[in-house]
Amino acid sequence: MSAKTDVKTFFGFKGITLLCLVILYAPLIVVTLYSFNASKSITVWEGLSFHWYLDVFVGPESAKFKQAALNSFVIAIVAATLSTAIATAAATAIVRGGKFRLRTASLGLISLPLMVPEIVTAVATLIFFNSIGFTRGFLTILVAHTAFCIPFAYLPIQARMQGIEDTYEQAAMDLYATKTQAFRRVLLPLMMPGIVSGFLLAFIVSLDDFIITNFVKGAGVETLPTAIFGSVKQGLKPNIMAISTMLLAVSIMMVTISYFVSKSDNTK
Amino acid sequence: MAGGAASGGSAASDTYAKARHWLLLPSWVVVGIFVLAPVLMMMVYSFLTKEFRGGVIWEFSLSAYDQFFFDRGLFGDEPAKIDWTYIAIFWRSIWQAGAATILSLLIGFPTAYFIATRPEKNRAIWVFLITIPYWVNLLIRTVSMKFLLRDQGPLNDFLVNIGLIDTPLHIINTNLAVQLGLFYSYLPFMVLPIYASVERYNFALSEAAADLYATKWVTLRRILLPAVKPGVIAGCILVFVPSLGAFLAPDLLGGAKNFMIGSLIEEQFKGNAGNWPFGAAISMILLTMVLTILLIYARQQRQAEDLS
Amino acid sequence: MKFLTTSAMALALMANAASAEGNLVLYHWFEYMPQALLDKFTAETGITVTMDTYDSNEAMLASLKAGGLGTYDLSVPGDYMVAIMAGEGLLDTIAEGELSNKGNIAAEWADPSFDPGRAHSIPYQWGSTAFSVDTTVYDGDINTTDILFNPPAELSGKINLLDSQGEVLAMAALHMGIPQCSTDRDQLKALNAMLMGAKAHWASFNSDTAKEVLVSGDAAAGMIYDGFAAKARAEKDTLQYAFPTQGYVVWMDNVVLLKDAPNRENALKFMDFLLVPENIAAVSNYARYASGLSGTAEFLDPELASLPEANPPAAAGAGAFIEVCDKATQAVYDQIWTNVKK
Repeated sequence: MSAKTDVKTFFGFKGITLLCLVILYAPLIVVTLYSFNASKSITVWEGLSFHWYLDVFVGPESAKFKQAALNSFVIAIVAATLSTAIATAAATAIVRGGKFRLRTASLGLISLPLMVPEIVTAVATLIFFNSIGFTRGFLTILVAHTAFCIPFAYLPIQARMQGIEDTYEQAAMDLYATKTQAFRRVLLPLMMPGIVSGFLLAFIVSLDDFIITNFVKGAGVETLPTAIFGSVKQGLKPNIMAISTMLLAVSIMMVTISYFVSKSDNTK
Repeated sequence: MAGGAASGGSAASDTYAKARHWLLLPSWVVVGIFVLAPVLMMMVYSFLTKEFRGGVIWEFSLSAYDQFFFDRGLFGDEPAKIDWTYIAIFWRSIWQAGAATILSLLIGFPTAYFIATRPEKNRAIWVFLITIPYWVNLLIRTVSMKFLLRDQGPLNDFLVNIGLIDTPLHIINTNLAVQLGLFYSYLPFMVLPIYASVERYNFALSEAAADLYATKWVTLRRILLPAVKPGVIAGCILVFVPSLGAFLAPDLLGGAKNFMIGSLIEEQFKGNAGNWPFGAAISMILLTMVLTILLIYARQQRQAEDLS
Repeated sequence: MKFLTTSAMALALMANAASAEGNLVLYHWFEYMPQALLDKFTAETGITVTMDTYDSNEAMLASLKAGGLGTYDLSVPGDYMVAIMAGEGLLDTIAEGELSNKGNIAAEWADPSFDPGRAHSIPYQWGSTAFSVDTTVYDGDINTTDILFNPPAELSGKINLLDSQGEVLAMAALHMGIPQCSTDRDQLKALNAMLMGAKAHWASFNSDTAKEVLVSGDAAAGMIYDGFAAKARAEKDTLQYAFPTQGYVVWMDNVVLLKDAPNRENALKFMDFLLVPENIAAVSNYARYASGLSGTAEFLDPELASLPEANPPAAAGAGAFIEVCDKATQAVYDQIWTNVKK
């Protein structure tokens, strides 16, 4: 071995890295395995079965979980779309808007949801909706999600835009394109990988949220996390593991898409 | 999560300078109305009088903060003593979050270092492996942890089967369970910033030290660590701050004895207590603590940048 | 982007528009209403029932006062909470003749002190609150409140309390033999001191997992409602429900019509539905409590009559309803509860 790798390698670091991966994945793998357990009890393994997946779709609680899943996905899609649009506009102003007085303040405002602890945002939003007499329900969840998803959508978009030289747009405008045209035809397509990443990030953050939703949800409006939390309180049931496994698959799918989008972006 | 204040980079271009205010307007309106205004409203609520179970009376009062810091006896007419119970809950939260941070650092640093020293083409896949679990619903990860740690759960079964222990370890509903839960929730936050700074580190420095007969560990401690310190600090903040206000891990993995700030706040709004001004006051205290940490961090960052 | 936004909006509308014609929003205790019964109601009337759950009377009250009012049609408070809610003006009045099955209410529950003339409520279920003990952990005499407040060494640190101010403080008053709404400063101080001492023996405060912690063995003794205890015993037969000689808490849950109910007509239909003996018997069969209607006998699971949880032994103390204190007294009890919980 050369002296160079010698300096870099530390005994045990590889072991710890593998341990780290085991810790990260063990709980998820165990839950995935047990979701295929035929037994009603979560402690005994009685063989492979898709029974609990069937239960999720046709069992006694299926109506509740279907509605919750629909709510979750609708809220995540709408909130991610709105916050991505807002974040794209904001990033354009911050990165392509020159130096101006409100620039730092705007950045601070946009990253506010990242700095305030989630439980505090939840409490504040509850108090706010209550004091303006806004009835809690589907709409309050949607609005709250849109607001706190903005910085998550913003970060990858800004990072991408900073990597694009403005010479492309300048060139387009030299050829008599208007600013709007330069933005739509030149900048926006170049920014697409950042926008897609931002959208996916916002989507997952919205889908993931429990604390804020729990505070601002109204009568009978559940999202998947709140519905799962309600069920888990009375003990972990195999149907919850089946739902978890399916959500796990959705998350992994999203991250994989995002990974390849950003990778294709690097190879350009 | 913390320190998210994106720098915005250098304002190199002013192509859309004319439209900048219109472009920013939606974010000002949405974040301003639905995040900033609520936080300000919460501050106002913390100075109001509580109504009997839920809601407030619009009368100025310091009683929420008074309840936090002072004990005036059962009938409220004894001389005020300092009440340690809520301070103790904050202290416990700090301690739990701190333990989780140290645990994350012990595992996260070697991991980040190992990944950063892989051949360049393999690094992305390692980072990918580390980040995937973070994108799985936090609730589901916490529930999985609960399932894994049960007295008759897979972890204990496994340890008993390989003969490492005779009787199952009792982990669930202990402080350790909460620490493990927090550690598990935020571990990737520790790995990523450290990874980023180790990756930027110039290993020629270590080689130079080795040429001067410094041992590997001395090189690590004296040369590498100071160079990657910003990444380590960022990682610690990213784990510590969300752990401080965590709700799911203490609620699902700890029993009532492991009350943390998050559960205390939740109880004031969703639970029996129904004391809104008090819940708002606790939230304000938590927010102040977090913003102070972030401010100190930001100031040090700026000083470090000025130096370099 | 435009296409995405439009389709997202369409999806949002879809999620919201689900059955706008016939809704009923029920705010109910956890694990207390069989889904099959709700399905039967929907099949009979076409009304979709949405149910939200809570785990204590106080939490329900706090949530309703915190903007929940006007979003729910019905809730199911216990006896003393009906009186408190009526006093706070949270209940709507059911006019004479609005419920056609009102005559099915058993005579002894037709005019209760907490809701004279049943102006706002109908009976749902009634039962008792005491505690269950795992007899493999402790095999001594369990019929004493000492189990909770001065426990034997075997149980210390393995006790779960209900996260419910009314029930815990009433039980503590029975343990000390003092009135539930005492104004005597020495009694109140002694009560506070007793609870502070007992707290060291308790592992947790959980209502919705009261059964789960006992069955899983996380707790060896736990405060619990009688029907829930019967269900726990069905899952783990060493769990025994106690009837303390000092007395125990009795309660009746009632379905109340909330003020500003968004679907008042449907709410009344649902109340009438629950006043049909066959329907309320389905709740009893599921939750293992008694109903307040007459004529249910033929629909009840015969096993219910002989449940040990529903039949206090001769040595048991008297059952006591939770009392409503005046606001000044209540403030002291609230302070004691805050001390217990912190």
